[in-house]
Formats: sequence, structure tokens, C-alpha cells
Amino acid sequence: MTATNPDTASRLPGAETSNFEPNLAKRYQYDKIFKTLSWIATFSGLVVLAFLIIDVLIDGLPALSLSFITSPPSRNPAQAGIWPPLVGTVYLLIITALVAFPIGVGSGIFLEEFAKDNLFAKIVEINIGNLAAVPSIIYGMLGLFAFARLMQPLTGGRSVLSGGLTLALLILPVIIVATREALRAVPDSLRMAGMALGSTRWQTVRAHVLPQALPGIMTGTILALSRAIGETAPLIVVGAVAFIPFAPAFSVEGLQSKFTAMPIQIFNWISRPQEDFHTIAAGAIIVLMVVLLIMNTFAIVVRNRFQRSR
Amino acid sequence: MQSQSSPAAVGTENVFQVENTGYYYGSNLAVRNVNLGIPGNKITAFIGPSGCGKSTVLRCFNRLNDLIPSAHIKGRITYHGVDLYSSDVDPTELRRRIGMVFQKPNPFPKSIYENIAFGARINGYKGNMDELVERSLRGSALWDEVKDKLKESGLSLSGGQQQRLCIARAIAIEPEVLLMDEPCSALDPISTLRIEDLMQELKEQYTIIIVTHNMQQASRVSDMTAFFNAEATDKGGKVGYLVEYDKTTKIFQNPAQEATQEYVTGRFG
Repeated sequence: MTATNPDTASRLPGAETSNFEPNLAKRYQYDKIFKTLSWIATFSGLVVLAFLIIDVLIDGLPALSLSFITSPPSRNPAQAGIWPPLVGTVYLLIITALVAFPIGVGSGIFLEEFAKDNLFAKIVEINIGNLAAVPSIIYGMLGLFAFARLMQPLTGGRSVLSGGLTLALLILPVIIVATREALRAVPDSLRMAGMALGSTRWQTVRAHVLPQALPGIMTGTILALSRAIGETAPLIVVGAVAFIPFAPAFSVEGLQSKFTAMPIQIFNWISRPQEDFHTIAAGAIIVLMVVLLIMNTFAIVVRNRFQRSR
Repeated sequence: MQSQSSPAAVGTENVFQVENTGYYYGSNLAVRNVNLGIPGNKITAFIGPSGCGKSTVLRCFNRLNDLIPSAHIKGRITYHGVDLYSSDVDPTELRRRIGMVFQKPNPFPKSIYENIAFGARINGYKGNMDELVERSLRGSALWDEVKDKLKESGLSLSGGQQQRLCIARAIAIEPEVLLMDEPCSALDPISTLRIEDLMQELKEQYTIIIVTHNMQQASRVSDMTAFFNAEATDKGGKVGYLVEYDKTTKIFQNPAQEATQEYVTGRFG
């Protein structure tokens, strides 16, 4: 790097009489130091992640087989599988997404595009910010009271539906905030253009603002759902059971039936003393990661399609 | 085309009549006590230094300032004798009648065709959409350049083309008035000239009000010119006011006010 050499820089004409002392060597030094530091920061995250994945793969790969995925848990680790918790997790995700996405995006649109900038809006805003910071176990207690007890005739008590609704509540603030951020990033000139043509607010939002914001909204929703898939504490409080032999059926009765989820099953297996259970726990972690990966891929594909159609 | 000597005095023929109107943001007076009449099928230019409230005045003609919660007016603006701010005037309906072109070209991130069809569709246009799109694009002198790529994004056009697309979009909903808020300030000189030529054609059918920073532009295109200025208030803010409003030739050649003279000759602003 010749440019880092102050002698080279001073060879430009007029450098001796200048009022400035560029001190290039020192400035480039700081450049280098910061570059190294940020590289270390990036790399340490990657190392931890890679270590985690490799460790889990080594432990869990032997346990993976088709029967591991399709059979129910068992007292005998060799026969144990993860079908009921896997179905439970997929079920929870679908319920959570179906409930949280429309409500979250709806309130985000209302707060950003329709609500007047008054005290009420400010109170709502502060509350949503606070809700995002509430520990998830508190949501579990809320879910237990509201969904499993008060709404028992509807939800069937400590059911997969109650669990899904609880997770939906948990990620609602995150989706609302993401929606608002995405809407705020859409330039006002677009709203002005729509309104100046004599369209109503909703027509403007529907036709121009929302399509622009959708990729951002999707990203926020995916991140929130990814968080929901790994949640354990609120599900335990709401009453996910550690051992159920059958997966919830895809029916109304299924919605109201007892359930378990992958993180709970993993936790349960890992807390047992036998070594074999630890192996199948690692296998279950791999399956959970694959589910996450599929979900994220799907979401990215959907998002890119929206971006391309602009 | 009526030839009036003192336009401010002529009331009944005008499209807009602004009477003793003050423009406020919250409790701050932004522009004080404006009186002027906008004649039909003419180009009226608003000139003046930055911050004198030209755009504020412009945006009240289609009530676009309603979108800013704190903005309001005191006084009376009439459109063909109807009070714009009376409760039985619907701003959405009003905005179809009074089109607007913005400072920065802001086509929708959609196809060229959709850019024009959108306004027509939401306003319940009953005719043939393809014909309307072609007519509007011809009206804004853009048809020949885009007729083979109507499905392409409006954002793929150059800045000048985008601005003409915005004009096409505005005239597609058959307004009576076109408000133009510094429509050429983001464009190169050649694109600017094309838009200015276009304005001369458009004024056959539309009443045009243009805000511009460019005095040559005002003197080239407009029939009437309103010069706004701003002065400091005791509270440290600025308040705009209408200095002089007359025929463009008069404003530029023989203005009644000293300040106008100084501004149009470039001695301040």
C-alpha cells in the first residue's frame, strides 16, 4: 500500500507549505484496527455457530432416520421418535402466523397510516414497545388464564390452540413494530401522489404503500415466527405436556387436543440421565433447525417475488 | 380569454378566489392575508424566495395540506364560488378535479400503464382504459417514447420522462386545474424546456398554477405572476406574504413594488 506511506503523499506539489498536517499513517492505522476488530466480531459469531452446528450434527446424525421422524416418543430411546412434537410445532406455527400476521399488520397500518397523532396513539405506542420487552413466561401466564381457563369451551383448555394463541400474543408487538418501521420507510411522496389523484387513504395504502412495505413486513414476521418456534417457557406454562403418544389430528378436535412442541421434547430428553436420550435430543435439534431453514427459505422466496413484481 | 387590467379586482370570472386568507401550521402563521384570483385557462406563477409559503398556498387549492394534521387556514378560498373548506366539499372529490404535479417526479413503482390507469380506476372511470392511457400519454407528449413499453415500470424512465408521466397521470382523471409545485427543479434544461412547451399546450384545456424558483421560467411560461416574500416575526420565525400580483409582463418589466423589482432583477432571493 503506497498510499499509506506519508512520504508518498507529501510528494504531491505544495505539500510543504500546506496548513494541514494529514497524518495519513496514523489515520490508516485506525482504519486497519477497526477493520480487524469488526472482522473478529463477525468471525467469533460464525465460529460459535459453526461449533454448535457441528457438535449437534456429530451427536444427532446417528439418531436421524425416517422412523425417528414418524414415530412417537418412547421410554426406549432406540424406538423414540418426534412425530407428535413435530406436528405440534408445525401446528403452533400455523396458528401463530394466522392469528398474529393479520392482527399485527392491521394494527401497524392503523397506527402508522390512520391514527391521529394524539395522546391515545402515544400511549398505545409506548405500551407496544413495553410489551415487546415483557418476558415470555409472563405471556405464558396470560395465555394460561385467558385462553386455557376463561376460553376453555372454545380452546379446549390446555390445547394446541391455546398454545398457538399465546405465541401469537408474544410476537404481536414485534410484528406491529416491524410493520410500522416498514411503512415509515415508504416515502411520503407516494402517499401524496395517491391522495392528489383523489384516492382515499385506504386506496392509497392498499395500492401503493403496502406493496412497498410488504418485504419489510415479511422479514419482521419471519424473524418473529422464528423466535416463536424456539419458545419453551410460555408453552410449559400454558400446559404443553412432555409426553404424548399421538400427534394432534388435523381437525377441530385436533385443535383442542393436548400437545407438545419440539423445544419441550428436546428439553425433556436432555434433562434425562441416560446418554441415549441426549443423542436423540440432538437429532431432534437437527430436525428443528431444518424446519426453521425451510420456513426462512420459503419466506425469502415469497419476499423476493414481491420485490421483483414491483 | 378575457383581458383584464387588474386581475385581483375581477372576481366572478376566476377559477379560484382567495380572500383574506391566512395559512397556519398549529398556531404559527405561515402566510398572512393573501388576496388573489386565479384566472381560468391561464398559467399563474408563484415566485419568491425559499420559505415564503408559495407551496403552502398552492397545496391548499386541492386541500392536500389537510394531510398535515396541524395545517389549517383562516379566511376563504373559493372554487367557482364554492367555499373549498366548507363541510359539504369532499376533499377526495375535489382532488380529482384539481390535479397536482410534484417537485420530484414520483411515479408509482408500477407499470407505465398502471400509473395512469390507477387514478381513473379508483375514480370510477367508465370509458375505455386503453384509449384513456394513450390519450393521456399523448397529452403529456410522452406517447411516442413509451408506446412500446407500457408494461415496463414507470421508474425505468428518465427524470424528465417520469415527470411527464406524472403529468399524464394527473390529466388522465380530467381535472380542470393543474397545480405544479416546482415541476422542473429536479430536471435538466432540455427536459425543462419540454415541460414548459407542454404547459403551453395544456393551458388550452387546463388552468395551471405553477410554483417556481426559476424566474426565467416564470417569465417564459406564465401569464400571471404572484410574488411572495417573507419577513421575520418578533418570535424569531418567518411569515410569508403576497407582495404583488399582476400580469407577468408587468411584474417583470414594471413592477409596482420595490421588493419585486429587486427580486426579479436578481438583487436578492
